[in-house]
Formats: sequence, structure tokens, C-alpha cells
Amino acid sequence: MTDAPLLKVRDVSKFYGARIGCRNVSFELWPGEVLAIVGESGSGKTTLLNCLATRLMPTSGTIEYRMRDGQMRDLAHMGEAERRFLMRTDWGFVHQNPADGLRMAVSAGANVGERLMAVGQRHYGNIRATAGDWLRRVEIEVDRIDDQPRAFSGGMRQRLQIARNLVTSPRLVFMDEPTGGLDVSVQARLLDLVRNLVHDLGLSAIIVTHDLAVARLLSHRMMVMKDGQVIEQGLTDRVLDDPREAYTQLLVSSILQV
Amino acid sequence: MNAVSTELATYNFAYLDEQTKRMIRRAILKAIAIPGYQVPFASREMPMPYGWGTGGVQVTAAILGPDDVLKVIDQGADDTTNAVSIRAFFKKVANMAVTTKTGEATIIQTRHRIPEEKLTAGQTLVYQVPIPEPLRFLEPRETETRKMHALEEYGLMHVKLYEDIARNGHIATTYAYPVKVEGRYVMDPSPTPKFDNPKMHMSEALQLFGAGREKRIYAVPPYTEVVSLDFEDHPFEIQTFDKPCALCGAENVYLDEVVLDDKGGRMFVCSDTDHCEDRRDHGHCGTMLAYDKETAR
Ligand SMILES: Nc1ncnc2c1ncn2[C@@H]1O[C@H](COP(=O)(O)OP(=O)(O)O)[C@@H](O)[C@H]1O
Ligand SMILES: [Mg+2]
Ligand SMILES: [Zn+2]
Repeated sequence: MTDAPLLKVRDVSKFYGARIGCRNVSFELWPGEVLAIVGESGSGKTTLLNCLATRLMPTSGTIEYRMRDGQMRDLAHMGEAERRFLMRTDWGFVHQNPADGLRMAVSAGANVGERLMAVGQRHYGNIRATAGDWLRRVEIEVDRIDDQPRAFSGGMRQRLQIARNLVTSPRLVFMDEPTGGLDVSVQARLLDLVRNLVHDLGLSAIIVTHDLAVARLLSHRMMVMKDGQVIEQGLTDRVLDDPREAYTQLLVSSILQV
Repeated sequence: MNAVSTELATYNFAYLDEQTKRMIRRAILKAIAIPGYQVPFASREMPMPYGWGTGGVQVTAAILGPDDVLKVIDQGADDTTNAVSIRAFFKKVANMAVTTKTGEATIIQTRHRIPEEKLTAGQTLVYQVPIPEPLRFLEPRETETRKMHALEEYGLMHVKLYEDIARNGHIATTYAYPVKVEGRYVMDPSPTPKFDNPKMHMSEALQLFGAGREKRIYAVPPYTEVVSLDFEDHPFEIQTFDKPCALCGAENVYLDEVVLDDKGGRMFVCSDTDHCEDRRDHGHCGTMLAYDKETAR
């Protein structure tokens, strides 16, 4: 981790009309750091994640990102073209439902290769070779490269979505309940894969989950949300082993009972 | 038929009222100013079904003057039902000169082909377009495709070509092969064979595209760069044919297959009927004609 944050979030709030999505969220994310956002359903995790990833416009607050050239930029003041370019090169976004993040009607190879073509790669053989490498890295047999994700299991689809996002070597990946729709046995394998990739690539990641076990396994630091607000944050082990807020204690004890 | 002709007789020159023509001309001017960009326009009902090229017909109606000479082709031929009907329509509503000769025409309305004879300055080629959006194949959302054009995000076009190669070993798209216009907008050249794509590049003629059902007009002004998309290791190539035209002996033209009998007999002839006739009038002769002359003797 270097000495400058990758993401600086100040007082971010999002209202849906009168309803609170999230309120006054502030934090910094450091290079190579994995942050988990936990909380029960409706606590504002997805709203916050979408604001950070510029998929939603915050009602107030600022989000700054350190570009590859080292400059800190306010995302709200970035032009749409540049923001979209950032999203498909330096960032990744892994949806809970893989169908939301994949093109279901094109082959696995093209799904992985799309970002490469979007940034101007024009050599079919090279694009295909890179796609094949990435399929291998996410443990999909390379002979499935021409199959459409429709023919894949839920776990494979999720791994394909991850490969599709990582092919441009992003520095920051957002994930919204990445294991949410999967069977428990499949979840374990995916978590293992994500953990290794994040470690090997030195990725920064923000992972939304309602599952404290996911936070425990993947994250360095975590934030607990309730009613749109962050009520506790700290190193993951500290928060889970020694929760300070009564609500966090409740969350931790309920997971322990499961 | 009588009812139709009296009904049409009460319409303005070239069928459309002047107000509508002005609206379409404004769209055309905008299209010319931004080569390859799809300009929305308020497409009108025409006295023919959509599949008959109502977009092209409206563009032609808006640019026609009494001194223009119109040629209409469908799949390269002047004598198909579609071409004959549209030609007859304009003859009736604009009382104008029509021709089948490419060189004589000032306006050529086309479905599926660009004439073989090189078009020259002052000529206008009007394409009938069924689906104007080249990105539609992979991105059905109109809001998203518009954004992609606006931000020049064309990676998806190569995804389509990638899929083609992955499935077929080569780029199997032979019609409506996507092009980039003047280094900016990606455009669908309408269902012309890719054989004709190079003719669009730096053409002396003005090229206008009308999509009636989808209410879009786009244009390639004269001397505009039109580049077919491809990969470095799978470069764009046009179709080639093993033999010359069986009737006129032309090489390097686009040929149609014609079935001669039910015993598998067939021949390949120019799809551009005017070009073929013109060559034969000038004494060119293909194998099939030579054979006919032999047996007639
Ligand atoms: N598009 C929306 N319109 C209105 N309210 C919304 C919308 N999306 C989320 N909300 C509300 O915002 C709050 C936070 O939701 P969300 O961010 O989805 O929480 P989580 O991801 O933690 O389950 C909830 O009360 C939810 O009902
Ligand atoms: Mg959620
Ligand atoms: Zn011929």
C-alpha cells in the first residue's frame, strides 16, 4: 500500500425522494485494500456502492479517485466519456446476477475480449489468446471459449463475469453480493478464487455483502451500515471479534448462531 | 388502379407536401454535415408498405426536381417489381424522366447494390435502409446505442466481428458490413454486399440513406473516407468470383447465380443488369452467349 488513498469519499448521501438511500458516508480506500460493506437488507449498501461506482448520482457529497497519473479527480466533475472509459478500463463492477454484467448472447471469449476491443485492440489472435488465459485463471475450461454463458452454471457465469472485468488490469473492483445467488459449496470456491486474484493482482476492492463470513474471508477493513448510515468501521478482525456498537454485536452474534 | 391515379393526381409534386419536403431536406442537410450520423426525422406514411423502401422514397421525393432523371434498382436490377413500382410511382407523381442507364441518371434509388459503373460528381445515390443501427445486433437499447455513438464507443462492433470469426473461422458477414465514416461514426451501409463497400470510399457522388420505419436519415457526402471494420489478422476482403459473367464476360463485378434447369444447370451473371446489357451492346460476350450463338448458327 502506498501513502496516498485511491478513493476519497466525503459525506456522500443519496435520497430517493424523501427516502434515505445512504447518508453522510465518509471513508478512504487505499491501494491494495479490500473493504467490505456489510449490513442487513435495505441498509443502503447497494445505494452506496452504486454512488461510488458512478452508476448513481449522489444527492450530496464528493467522491475523488486517484487516476493512473497520480492526480486526484472529483468524479462528479469528470465528463461522461472519460468516466465511462475509466469504468471499463481502470475499474470493474461485478453484479450479483451475472446476467446483468455479461452479454448472454455472445461467446465467453467475446465476453472477456470486449473490453480489449473497446480500448482499441484489433488483433483477433491476441484477443482470443488473452481471453483464453483469463478463462484458465478463473478455472473455466478453455474449450468452453466459444460457448455462450447461457450454457454455463451460476458459478461459471460469475467467474466469467470476473474475468471479463479483470482483463484490462483494473485497479479498483466493485462487487455487489458476488456470491449472493450461489449454492454454499459453489460460494466457497468462488470466494477462494476472488481472494487469490485480489491478492495476486494487488487489486483494491469494495465488496458489498450481507454475509459476515464473506467479509471475514476477503476484506481487510469493513464498514457496518444501518438505515443508510455507517455505524461502525475498522479492521475486519477487530470489528468481528470485538464489535463496539450494540447493533454490530447483534449482527455478529446472529451469524455465529447460524 | 383508376382510383389510385386520381387520388395521387391531387398530391403535390413528388407526392409529399412542401412542408414535409422541407423537414426532410433539413434532416438531409444535417446528415451531410455530420457524415455517418443518423438523423431522426418525422417519417411519413407513403402509399406503399415499409418493406418497399419508404425511407428511400421519401428522401428521393424530397430532393427531386423536374429536371432530374431517376433510376431505381433492386438487387442491381431495374426490372424487379419493387424497382418498377417505385419508378412508376415517381413518373406519376413527379412526371419526370426515368432511365435504366446508370450514366444518365442524376438520382439512383437503390436496394442492395451500388452500380458497377463508377458514379460521378452531381449524381446522388439514395439507399433504402431497413435497419439503420449497426449496433442493434448486440445492444437492443436505443438510449445506449445513441450514447455509444455520441461517445465513440465502438468496441461492440468488433465483438460482432470476433463472434463471426470464432464461429466461422473468418469474418462471415457479407451484407450490411459495418464501416467507419470519416474516422468518426460507425455506419450500416444497408444490406448491400460487402463487395460494394470500397465503392463508397471517396465516392464522387452524394450518398443518402433513408430508413422509413426507423425514421432515420444518414449520409456520406462526396469524397468521404469510408473504411470497413476488420482485424489486423483478419483484414477486410470483398467477395471474389471464380468465373466472369456468363453473359458479358465481365470480371471484378458482383455476380448472381441463375438456375437454368432442374438438372443442376446454373450460371453466374452480373447482378447489375444495366452494366451487363451495356457491355453486351458494346460487343462483350460471355461463355453462355458465345455458346448460344454457336448453336443458333
Ligand atoms: N431506486 C430506488 N428508489 C427508491 N428507493 C430505493 C431505490 N433503491 C433503493 N431504495 C431504498 O433505499 C434503501 C437502501 O436500499 P439498498 O441500497 O438497496 O440497500 P441494500 O443494498 O443494503 O439492501 C432501502 O430503503 C430501499 O428501499
Ligand atoms: Mg443490495
Ligand atoms: Zn454481365
